[in-house]
Amino acid sequence: MQIMVTVNGKEHIREVEPRLLLVHFLRDDLELTGTHWGCDTSNCGVCVVHLDGVPVKSCTVLAVMADGREVRTVEGLAHGPALDPVQEGFIACHGLQCGFCTSGMMMTARWLLDQDPDPSEEDIREALSGQLCRCTGYENIVRSIRWAAEKEAAHEH
Amino acid sequence: MQVPASFQYRKATSVEHALTLLAEYGPESVVVAGGHSLLPMMKLRLAHPEALIDINDLTELAGVRVGRNELVIGAMARHADLLSSAAAGRHLPILHDAERVIADPIVRNRGTVGGSLCQADPSEDLSAVFAALRAELVVRGQDGPRTVAARDFFVGPYQTVLAPGELLVEIRVPLGRSVSAYVKVDRRAGDWAVGAAGAVLTIVDGVVTAAGIGLTALGAPRFVAEEAEDFLTGGPPTESRLVEAGRLAAAHCRPTADQRGPVDYKRHLAGELVTRALRTAAGRA
Repeated sequence: MQIMVTVNGKEHIREVEPRLLLVHFLRDDLELTGTHWGCDTSNCGVCVVHLDGVPVKSCTVLAVMADGREVRTVEGLAHGPALDPVQEGFIACHGLQCGFCTSGMMMTARWLLDQDPDPSEEDIREALSGQLCRCTGYENIVRSIRWAAEKEAAHEH
Repeated sequence: MQVPASFQYRKATSVEHALTLLAEYGPESVVVAGGHSLLPMMKLRLAHPEALIDINDLTELAGVRVGRNELVIGAMARHADLLSSAAAGRHLPILHDAERVIADPIVRNRGTVGGSLCQADPSEDLSAVFAALRAELVVRGQDGPRTVAARDFFVGPYQTVLAPGELLVEIRVPLGRSVSAYVKVDRRAGDWAVGAAGAVLTIVDGVVTAAGIGLTALGAPRFVAEEAEDFLTGGPPTESRLVEAGRLAAAHCRPTADQRGPVDYKRHLAGELVTRALRTAAGRA
């Protein structure tokens, strides 16, 4: 069936099978491979994207369910040439090693900071509790998100 | 790569439309809400519906509201909606206790309350919670609405009283002067329960006038511990009576051994968790 999905502000019209998962639509049909595909069972969180502004695990959403809706992926995080503070934080605090979990972590981080600009370490850990980093770099991921929160707070003053 | 087998897909635009589509596609069609139970089962070929009827656009089934002496939870309310409902947290803390430990925040953004109940997984938390609360489930079919007590909704594992062509539309929870709590033991963050217990108590002048006790993943008939409820009702919520209620609940549930633990361990958990849930609930009075 034909669907129209707005991804990172751009409308895409495609013919898809109903069984196509959103993660594969993004990666294979739109060639937006920044969203990763991991466990396939909504456990690992590497496929997190925003659907109408809310982070979801895109391995457990059908592409047809995104018809007429807005998706934001990691490719839509930067503002033109300027990286999002979350991306800057991951660079500044070494928030990644292999990078496989990073796009999902950053999408959840962006949402968390949009909800709560000053999350505690505990709040950050709870927000990330559905996402796995097998390099076990959680400490630096949490620091990266705090870095982003502080940068945004400083920017606003 | 896990991908579901082929199916037809229709998006419902209203409850009436969903019922029409369910009738049109027949018993091989299934309603999809958040999809976080159904889609994984379809990937594994544990479910193979010929048609999916998507009810995500049905805003009339969304959200949580306070009605006349009741909390009304739309079947499409996301777990995150229930967790962010201040009214739910204030009047029925058992709901927030449970929602905090259901899956993870991202899954809770998508998974729905109604979908969890209709899935009727014996390890799913809300079945026991709504059974403990003596909630009522409103079901719509071609012949109009009917109301089913949460305790009568579940027929067995993955089975409910929903007939083909029927749709769960809302959950109604009485708002009395109850105190409540939910306690769960799981092996890691976001996992299914090894065991869990929910308690709802109405305490008037130091006497328990009504008790609801729900058990998750512990093989309790209808997800409740009726013997323990009967024992507690009419007496004071003293520590020794809460312990005895736990003992009764443990004696009457029928847990099964699996990778989460052997029977004797789960039976021990049943008793301990019931007592803890009762203690926490009574402490909120």
